[in-house]
Amino acid sequence: MTLEEKVLEIIVEQLEVTKEECVPEAFFIDDLGADSLDLAELLLEMEDTFDVEISTEELKKIRKIQDVIDFLKARNVTWD
Amino acid sequence: MKRRVVITGMGAVTPLGNSVAETWAGICAGRSGIGPITKFDASDFETRIAGELQNFDPIAYVGKKELRRLDPFILYCLASAEMAAADAELTLKDSQAHRAGVVIGSAIGGLTTLEKQKEILLRSGPRKISPFTVPSVLSNLGAGNVSIRFGARGPIGCPVTACASGTTALGDAFRLIASGYADVVFAGGADAAITPMAVAGFTAMGALSRRNDEPRKASRPFDLDRDGFVIGEGCGILILEELDGARARGARIHGEILGYGTTGDAFHLAVPPPGHEGAVRCMQAALQDAGIGPSDVDYVNAHGTSTPLNDRYEVEAIKTVFGTSAGRLLVSSTKSMTGHLLGATGGVEAILTAKALESGIIPPTINLETPDSGFDLDFVPLSARKSDIRIAMSNTFGFGGVNATIILAKYFE
Repeated sequence: MTLEEKVLEIIVEQLEVTKEECVPEAFFIDDLGADSLDLAELLLEMEDTFDVEISTEELKKIRKIQDVIDFLKARNVTWD
Repeated sequence: MKRRVVITGMGAVTPLGNSVAETWAGICAGRSGIGPITKFDASDFETRIAGELQNFDPIAYVGKKELRRLDPFILYCLASAEMAAADAELTLKDSQAHRAGVVIGSAIGGLTTLEKQKEILLRSGPRKISPFTVPSVLSNLGAGNVSIRFGARGPIGCPVTACASGTTALGDAFRLIASGYADVVFAGGADAAITPMAVAGFTAMGALSRRNDEPRKASRPFDLDRDGFVIGEGCGILILEELDGARARGARIHGEILGYGTTGDAFHLAVPPPGHEGAVRCMQAALQDAGIGPSDVDYVNAHGTSTPLNDRYEVEAIKTVFGTSAGRLLVSSTKSMTGHLLGATGGVEAILTAKALESGIIPPTINLETPDSGFDLDFVPLSARKSDIRIAMSNTFGFGGVNATIILAKYFE
């Protein structure tokens, strides 16, 4: 499983959306029906899964799926 | 002029079953819902028994996302409210939504979540706390979630009156409808507090039975050998409606609420005063509110916790209120079968009282083998009994000296 696939798996599970909805440019709040609490919970799950820390400042910048993938790649996170 | 208030729907999850029908079948059979604690490792605890729900599957009522985020007490509320609304065949139209309320009491709220998140806080630090901690812990979120689920836009309430919470909620709902402020209210109580903290806390007070070797015999209200209450969990929700509205939509009517009383002891944190003067005034206030006298009441669903003091003083209070008519009164404690469901108890016991009125079957007090000295009322010992009753009373009392009594009647046009 690639990093992108693992990220999508978590989003599908946490937000109860379909894989098809999870295009990289999908916004969590506008496109995937999340609210601010959903997003906070989702990013907690990302932190635990990938063993990274997302600061409050960084958290504010994460608005769509690609933002998560970019963030993780910038931290050299890999998944196999 | 007070408007008449009727019960049109009932839903419950209890240690005897995950519906009103299953619970009532257990009551009629005189079955105990008490067993060993499985929710956590209780091997170091002096009390290791409780009334837990069996095989409750919340997925029938909520999605996976909600399941992860909602404390069990809220899941019990949603399940019970769904069953009550289905029973009432009630769907709120937009035009009536602002006249529909939700009043669901809880003694302790989301203690399970609080204890779990506290562990995360200590182990991993404040950043790792779930954003759903606070909305799971707050006691009024049972009512809040039910309001959101059903689109009820009228008053929302959550009386927190310890073990009287469910009855206080029903009383508040009754008054909202009787006074004309609301037309329909989801009302009852919920608690899910079989947790290490609650069991340890009640144990520290000396409140719980330690009859670990015989769980099914541990809750024995009014019996000489009673040694404390058995903690239970669950929820009971009733749909209360204004009579004319209920009739206009052709609703099936389970029973009527006639009156409500509530008083304070102003005496002690956890102990009632001898003779339980507060409970006497409470029952009298409910009778007055209902416009009836003591001799009109056929059955009392007692608070009957199985603690030494509650049972003694409740019996004394009942004798004071009912006087010469106490001799023909039926009195039973369904806690002998369900255990003590804390804030849920008023909701569940109002449902059982309504079922008794509807069916003519009086719930027994099981495990009542040797009544304590001076306990000479008809406690319907050991097995259920047929009796065509018309008016019944349900008592609940809580720590802090709060008393609540509601009076129900078989429905007659």
